[in-house]
Parts: sequence; C-alpha cells; structure tokens
Amino acid sequence: MTTTTDTTNQTAGRGVIGASVTRPDGVAKVRGEFEFSSDLSADGALWGATLRSPYPRARIVRLDTSPALGIAGVTCVLTAEDVPGRNAFGLVDADQPVLAVDEVRFVGEPVAIVAAESPEACAAALAAIIVDYEELTPLIDPEVAIDPASESIHPSGNVIRHQRIECGDPTVSGHFVVEGTYEIGMQDQAFLGLEAAMAIPDPGGTGVELHVATQWLHEDQAQLAASLALPPEAVRLTLGGVGGAFGGREDLSLQVHTCMLALRTGRPVRIHYSRPESFVGHVHRHPASITMRHHADVNGRLVKIEARFVLDGGAYASTSSAVLVNAVTHTQGPYRCDNAVVDGWAVRTNNLPCGAMRGFGVVQACIAHEAQMDKLAEACGMSPLEVRRINAMATGDRLITGQIVESVAPVLRCIDETDRLPLPDVPLAPADHPYGLPGGAGLTTTPSDVVRGIGYGVSIKNLMYSEGFDDFSTARCIVDNGQVTLKFATAEVGQGFVTIAPQIARTVLGLDAVDIDTIDTGVGSAGSTSASRQTWMSGGAVDAACRKVREKILEAAAAQMGGASVEYTVDNTDVVHLGDGRRMPVVDIVRDRLYDETVEYHHRPTVPLDQSGRGDCHTAFAFAAHRAVVDVDVELGLVKVIQIATAQDVGRALNPLSVIGQIEGGIAQGLGLAVYEEIIMDGGHIRNASFTDYLLPTIADMPPVEIALIEEPDPQAPLGAKGVGEPPCISVTPAVIAAIRDAISQVRPGPVDLPHIPVRPMDIVRAARGESLSRAMAD
Amino acid sequence: MSKPYQLHVNGQTLDVPDPVPGESLMTVLRERLGLRGTKTACSEGECGSCSVLVDGELMCSCLVMAAAVTDRAITTVEGLGDDGISDIQRAFVECGAVQCGFCTPGLIVAAHALLDRHPDATTDTVREELAGNLCRCTGYGRIIDAIHSVAIARRGDRP
Repeated sequence: MTTTTDTTNQTAGRGVIGASVTRPDGVAKVRGEFEFSSDLSADGALWGATLRSPYPRARIVRLDTSPALGIAGVTCVLTAEDVPGRNAFGLVDADQPVLAVDEVRFVGEPVAIVAAESPEACAAALAAIIVDYEELTPLIDPEVAIDPASESIHPSGNVIRHQRIECGDPTVSGHFVVEGTYEIGMQDQAFLGLEAAMAIPDPGGTGVELHVATQWLHEDQAQLAASLALPPEAVRLTLGGVGGAFGGREDLSLQVHTCMLALRTGRPVRIHYSRPESFVGHVHRHPASITMRHHADVNGRLVKIEARFVLDGGAYASTSSAVLVNAVTHTQGPYRCDNAVVDGWAVRTNNLPCGAMRGFGVVQACIAHEAQMDKLAEACGMSPLEVRRINAMATGDRLITGQIVESVAPVLRCIDETDRLPLPDVPLAPADHPYGLPGGAGLTTTPSDVVRGIGYGVSIKNLMYSEGFDDFSTARCIVDNGQVTLKFATAEVGQGFVTIAPQIARTVLGLDAVDIDTIDTGVGSAGSTSASRQTWMSGGAVDAACRKVREKILEAAAAQMGGASVEYTVDNTDVVHLGDGRRMPVVDIVRDRLYDETVEYHHRPTVPLDQSGRGDCHTAFAFAAHRAVVDVDVELGLVKVIQIATAQDVGRALNPLSVIGQIEGGIAQGLGLAVYEEIIMDGGHIRNASFTDYLLPTIADMPPVEIALIEEPDPQAPLGAKGVGEPPCISVTPAVIAAIRDAISQVRPGPVDLPHIPVRPMDIVRAARGESLSRAMAD
Repeated sequence: MSKPYQLHVNGQTLDVPDPVPGESLMTVLRERLGLRGTKTACSEGECGSCSVLVDGELMCSCLVMAAAVTDRAITTVEGLGDDGISDIQRAFVECGAVQCGFCTPGLIVAAHALLDRHPDATTDTVREELAGNLCRCTGYGRIIDAIHSVAIARRGDRP
C-alpha cells in the first residue's frame, strides 16, 4: 500500500521524492507514545488557568484578586498590571490585550490568570476572583460597524480595513446578469489537540523556555519577547506535539500567560484549555456576507463582476486585513474577467475574534462565485460545466488586480478530469444498510422522499504570503560522516513536513540516513505553517541547504576522482562523472567528513494592493475542481453526501500518500462547512461551544473520494510542487451546496436559493416548498 | 483526597496515588498513572480520543468514574500490540491513516474492538462502529483503508 502510486520509481525504496514514504512519527503516534504539548510535564510543575469575560462588552469596574490568593494551593494571580512588557499582541497590529484593561470586548476575553498546585485549586481561585462589570451594549452587527456614525468599540476604530478593487470599465453591462447574497457562518478549526503549553523559567527569571503547540515559533517568540520585556534570545521555544492547527494556532492564545506565571512563580507551569475554552480561546473563520452580480455576454462569457464583502472580524484585528485581501482578490474565481468593481470591509464587532483558517478568505469568496456561476449557467441555458469551461482562466491571464497568473494554471484540466472520474454506483436510498440514507441509523428517512443531486465547484487559491511580506524559511543541513541531520523551525502540525524533508535530502544528497533535529528556535525562522506554504518554502529551504552541501561533496569527489566538480552529479546513491560515467558511492566520499550549511529561502517579492486594488500582491496560485453527489431527504431536510470527486493541481506530488491525506482531510472540512459546522453567536454569546453542539463530520458522514492528481511541475516552485493543504477545502463546499440545490430543483422546478451556509435542514425544507430564503434572511 | 484504590490496567494492578473524589478514568490514567496515550479532547464522550476497553468493551474513559471500575480489566492503547506494535497499528502507519495523530490512540483502541467483534466488517459496519471517533485531519478515507487491509490480512492468516 505504501508505494501504490510509484511502483515504476525504482528508487522508491530509498524514500526519495515521489515515494509514498510513511511518517517518521507514525509508530510513536499509533502506540500513544508521541508527546503532544498536553502530555508534557516537569517536576514541580504548577497548573495555570484563565479567568475570562462572561460578557461581549463590559467595563471592568472592580477587579479584586485577593480572595483567590487565600485559597490553599494557589500560588499566584496576575492581571493586566502584571504584564511585564507590552500588554498587547496581534499578528498584524498589536491591538489585543494580553489581559483586559478597563474593558472587555468579547465573551471569553482573558481578564486574569492563576497558578496553583492542582487544576481543582485553579478552578477555586478563578471562582474566588471578584470582578464587577458594567455591561455595555455590544456591537454585534458588522453592517452597523461599517457605519462611521456608530460608536467605536476599540481605540483603533471599527473598520479594520476597507479594500476596493476597480478593474477595466465599470460601466460595462452584460446580456445576462445574475445576482445573489450569501451569508456564511463562523467555522471553527476544531483541531483535536486542545491548546496546551508548558513554560520553564530560567533561574532568576532572566529567560524562559516554552514548549507549545503552535504554527509559527519565531512569531510567537517575537510577540512573547515584547510582552515579557525580555530579549528575544531569552525566550526559547520548542514545538510541543501539535494535534492539528488549520489556522487556529497562528495567533497567540496561552503563550504569554503561561510564561508570565512561570516567570513570576519561578516554577514550571502548564496550561491546558478545555474544549469550551478552546472555542473562545482561538480565532475562527470569518463569518461573511457577500453580494455578487455577474454580467456575461450573449455567449455566457463573463464581462464584469460587481461584489461587496463584509467580514466580521470580531473584537480584535488578528489577520482580518489579510483575510479581506484574499477574499476580494479571489472574487472572480478561476475565470477570466476584464471588468470588476469590488468593495470589501473587515470590521470589529463584539463577536469572537476571527483570523486564519484553512482557505483564509478564499473559502468565503468561492462559495459566492461558484453559486453565481451556477446561476449564470441557468440564465444562459448552459450546463454548470460548460459555463465554467468557456470562462476558465489559463497561465498568462490577468486577474482583476492586474496581476498576471504566472503559475501553471490547469483550470480546464481540473474541470475535465473531475468530470471524467466515475460516478458512484450506490443506488438511491439503499435499503440494506441505514447508513446509506440521509439521517443515517436514526431511520428517520422515508426512501421515497430522497432525491439525488450533483454539483460542481472550481477554485483558485493563492499560495504563500501576500502584499509585500518578506516571507522566508530557514534550513540547516549537516552531514557528519554520512549521517544527515536537518534542522528547521517548521511547525509540524500533522501535515507531514517531517516526512517530505528527509525525502528531499535523500534525493539531493544520495545519502539514506536522515534525522530531523528538534524543532525549535535554535535556527532561523521557517515562517508559519499556513497559506499552503511549507512544502514550497521550507521544502525550498531544505532543498537549497542540501544542494549547498552537495556542491561541497562534488568538489570532494572531483578532488578524489579527477577533473572539476561541475563534471559530476549525484545519481541515486552515487556520485557519477557526467562524461565517462565513473561512479563512487556518496557515502564513501563523505566518510570522516563534516559539512554544515544553513540557507534562507525567499520567494519572489510581492507588493501591497493600492487604493484601487491594483498590484502584484500574490506569490503563486493553485487550482482544484470538485464534484459532489448528494442524496437529500427533501421532506426532512437531511443530506447524505454520497461521493466527492476532485482533480487538484498539485504541481508535483512529493509524497502521493500524504497528498491524498491532505485532499481527503480538506474535503471533510469543506463538507462540514457545507452542511454541519457553524458557531452560533447570539447577542455576542456563543451557544454551541462543545462537540455535542458544534457538529463535525464523522466517519459515517464522509463519503468515498475519487481523486485525480494533476502533476504539471511549476517552474517557479523550488521542487515543482505546489502547496496542497488549502485547495481541497475550498470548492468542495460550493459543490456540495450546488448538489443540494440540484436535488431540490428536481422536486421544485425553478431557481433554488440556499443563501445560508452551512445549509440547514430548515433551509432545504423551505426551499423545497418554494419559499424564498433570501427574503426570510432579511427578517 | 479520597481513599487510595487500585486499577487493573493492561494486565497490571496499579495503585492510584493522590486520587481526587469523582475523577474520571481518563484523568486518572493520564495524571495519576502517567498513561498519556489516552487523549483528552472534549471530555464529554463526543470525540472518542480517550477510548479504552473495559472488560473488552469500548468506552470513553472521560465518561467513566475511575473508582467505579476498580474490579474491571482496563486496556489502554499502551496495552495493545504484544510485539510492541499490533497489525492494526502497523496498518495505520502504512496506509497513511495518521496525520496529527491526536485521535489516533482512541481510534486504534476502537479499531481493535471493531475487528474483534466484526472480523468481516463491511465499509458500512466500519462507518457505524467508528462514528464515535472524530478525526479532523484525514477525512477518514485512509483509516477505512487501514482497517480493511487488516481484515483482509487476518482472513488470509486463518487456517
């Protein structure tokens, strides 16, 4: 099973690029021996815990910690006054307090932290702290937040960013015009491994060592140093085992708190969040309201898109400005369009803060543009695939920002290969097993109410960071007597960089023994494990560091074998003379020698968007298409996804098994957003902060996935490989929604609107009855 | 502190030091006995990350009070695999069923229970039996693949 896709690769057995090598941490993980950050402990460690705001907006009138200090086992209680340095953090703007000062702005905002000998003593301490709040009227409607007349809920104002894009001729209008408004709910990353960290103070409080599950060690280090008033080198971070991330660990959560308690008490401190705490303790996917109007000519070709985006950023900025730019710059989807007028806002409200989640703004844009493409198809009398094919962009096309798509852009291939994948042979409403029916084993479905639908979605996703961010990754390659050791700070969050890094080293160096050193801040930054960037960026850094060592190895080979180093190359495990074919094993050349090279890999520069939304703001792009087949019980509004088919532009699959894992996992998250997952906010309060009430797809909900990998190596990518993490979770959501619409339209002819995402049972039932949901939404 | 008691875990009888009244089996395994292969992810029986076998029966250890199972045989992920690694554990690694790995120990325990009860499990049976174990990374496809590969291999191994 491990090498099914590379049986023709004769070097697969060595675990080089292209082989489905298994995870180096796999055995430890299946035996329960892998140490996640929540499994760490140290002698004499205290427990830490956080007191959080119960209100979405309130003034802190009185904060008295003294009753907590009298409780047995309680060691210390800290508030805003105790933050040693800057009482603010944030990935783009430091606008969020480490601990609240005077005012709280969302339910769950940290107000005080405690350290104690046991979790029970921590809980007693939190209960004993006296906080008198004066409740203020929360701002919960993002549309109100845009209004300049509204009261500001933050010193930096309510509008985090407004971005406009004007492209071509705004007066153009189409023969066909379709419009829709889409309301997308707040999605949670719902990583299984809850937030956890352990801080160990240096003697005398001169520094601290933090073991934490994070996506970006060096960004944490820089922000920690500022808030702890320590030099960055005194704050040393080691990656604690990470139980998934998906964007939710890019911002700080418990890092500063854990370090503050350890430095104050002089003892190791552990903080573990509970699941309800995690729901308010990290940022989420932005809820979005998106209106789009698509204009097409008489042949169905897009001539103009008008769009308006409103993203609810919650109380603090996090990465809202970058999410907004991603959303508005992906308005057109993977389609050509010469004219556009787009306005987007990311605003502050007293809802939960939102920031990075897999797909980062493009998920929301894609749901809207793909629903629009289906409306356009219907208006033009074309099939959903036909309208997408005639509009599909290709390499060299210009985006509405003016940027040329230089990446390999096999959009048409994605569509065609998805279309060619086999349809499921599962009968409608199978009687033999209840899990085949919508509603599953609950046996609620009457088979005669079940209708099957098919829908499509196609996406474009930017890779890496944008708008002028100096994005780089660092890798060190040491070869000592034939043993390779790779050192990098790349956060392994489950995606499998620890699998492909040794594959790269074996391929470049022709050496088989490759170890990975501890992932920590003892080497330069790797940047964040986000934006589908680590295969390209850290893969590029590992490749470059290994190539630098290889140059030295080839020099040594030339000295031993004669001639110049340029006359030699590495072939499999040998150094080979390019002219006469003489060979010598690499292990023999490097015997008793030491090589040590560190390289920073930077991607091409980008620029910020200007005021009219022009600029080469993105680095590269990847594409995907999805087809969903669903069975819908139109009477009860239940959905059973029967199959997902996808063709994805991966550039080059460095490890096909890992790529398939990313694709299937991304599809599950996109399916979740389509029909299950939404954080319900009510007046600024979260109503479903648990896995009982926030529904994730289970193994029973997840259908078989048919996959076609499109491998057209991208010349801009260091290894030809594009990031594969985000594209799978983007167009699958609109594909599932389109399939539900298709099913409903079979019992209720005419246009079907499902403007709320996720699609809820009541939406399906009402749509099947012919009710207009768009109007109902405005009630 | 409550009265000290013993638990029978993975074939050993262990004293539970410093117990707190009402503690869950999950907490006792992790914090009192240092068996941290059992994971905490929801603490309300929804995710299966803390799955253990109690007298062979699959349970969420977060929902079981430790003091209530003092006379039962408890098996955790650490107690599976006589030769260090079971066929199911090996298949999870080889089939790509592991990514972040946080759900993995619970799924491994649940998969052992599943194949013990249903050696000829169909995909529908696998889906039904493992619906109590959430995984956020893999989309479950490789997990189903791993379990089928073990079921097939075990059938082939039968006389």
